[in-house]
Amino acid sequence: MSDITLKITDREGILHEVLAPTDMAMNLMEVVRAYELAPEGSIGVCGGMAMCASCQCYVKTNHELPEMGIDEDMMLAEAFYVEENSRLGCQIQMTLKMDGLEVELAPEI
Amino acid sequence: MITTDILIIGAGPTGLFTVFEAGLLKLKCHLIDALPQPGGQCSEIYPKKPIYDIPGFPEILAGDLTANLLEQSKQFKPGFTLGERAETIEKQDDGSFIVTTNKGTKHQAPIVAIAGGLGSFEPRKPPIPNISEYEDSGVEYMIKDPEVYRNKKVVIAGGGDSALDWAVFLTNVAEEVTLVHRRNEFRGALDSVDKVQELKNLGKINLITPAEIKGILGAGKVTGVAVEKKGEAPFIVDADHFIPLFGLSPKLGPIGNWGLEIEKNAIKVNNALDYQTNIPGIYAIGDVNTYPGKLKLILCGFHEATLMCQSAFQRIFPDKKYVMKYTTVGGIDGFDGTRKEAPKAVVKAIQ
Repeated sequence: MSDITLKITDREGILHEVLAPTDMAMNLMEVVRAYELAPEGSIGVCGGMAMCASCQCYVKTNHELPEMGIDEDMMLAEAFYVEENSRLGCQIQMTLKMDGLEVELAPEI
Repeated sequence: MITTDILIIGAGPTGLFTVFEAGLLKLKCHLIDALPQPGGQCSEIYPKKPIYDIPGFPEILAGDLTANLLEQSKQFKPGFTLGERAETIEKQDDGSFIVTTNKGTKHQAPIVAIAGGLGSFEPRKPPIPNISEYEDSGVEYMIKDPEVYRNKKVVIAGGGDSALDWAVFLTNVAEEVTLVHRRNEFRGALDSVDKVQELKNLGKINLITPAEIKGILGAGKVTGVAVEKKGEAPFIVDADHFIPLFGLSPKLGPIGNWGLEIEKNAIKVNNALDYQTNIPGIYAIGDVNTYPGKLKLILCGFHEATLMCQSAFQRIFPDKKYVMKYTTVGGIDGFDGTRKEAPKAVVKAIQ
């Protein structure tokens, strides 16, 4: 098995412990959608191009995340409720290194 | 009153292709879209991004796809109501529908095709506590008439193309232009960034970065904004207008109250037949609909549009039988009098 475990707190503050596959080229935004942890249409609006910030989340663990690209950085510069630990879920790929990752979804805009 | 055969809500790729398919059946279309330009997400969010799964196009930019779709359907002379959001729908005694926009424009058609994608694009409003109190008195989320800003003090917030372009434009209109962005870097087109730099150097744009608007001041109307540079105490910039330009995000909006069956923010349709909703005569096609196995892909929207038009034809002409003709065989007769057809083979004897 190549599944990893994630802890995701949804926008209502409910914590979900979910399994995510690492062999499906999925990113965190897609995991949230797959488990329906946020209503359709309120997350992943741009499809994962780092162009809408609807998948913004706060990273609560010290995992070594993929480096932030220019698109994500610039999108977060225009997003709301941005904190030091904000990332776009669509830019975090599900790999074995992400096992145990804990995130909280940022408020919907 | 604008009348047509098929009233299409949403001028994205699916809506635009519907015009073509309807045209083959001699049905006229009119499109309503909240955005000021056709193309939907393809033109609003990612015009410069490539799409790789449009059949026949190994790679095409979303903006180019929009241009191609407009070109493909232009001989069927679609009408457009742009920059207006479809607000209400009323069924008439004759079975037709009247759709009214937020600006009061009325449209009547026997068929309504909702091709609304994820919904109509609404400005993203920054979470400043009292911002809504100023929405008609100094806060504008989009610029409709630049003359409003003549000889006024204007503060623009945002770091994308629209923030840069309007900041540049308004230097010729407003008394004072201030641009506030959370970073020193801007995401806009290079020449817009250069232009802002130039105007800043000339003292025509007051650039405040990295900073954020934290509050709005004024009794009844905007008189200033509180600007906070990271790690510093907020200060006040005098302003008659505050224009936050943080892009748009789609919301299903009023369509959600039309009595249609909604599931997961999408409209349920009959995909075994014709993509009709629970209200006969109203169809939903493209990303806005849902059914078992639904995929939100442009190419699926094209297919849905094609079948929907066949069903619309049957509803409008219950006694006619439509015989499908290949465009290669039958050619295309435009509503503008043009005709496209395959060139005739040349027969010539060889001596």
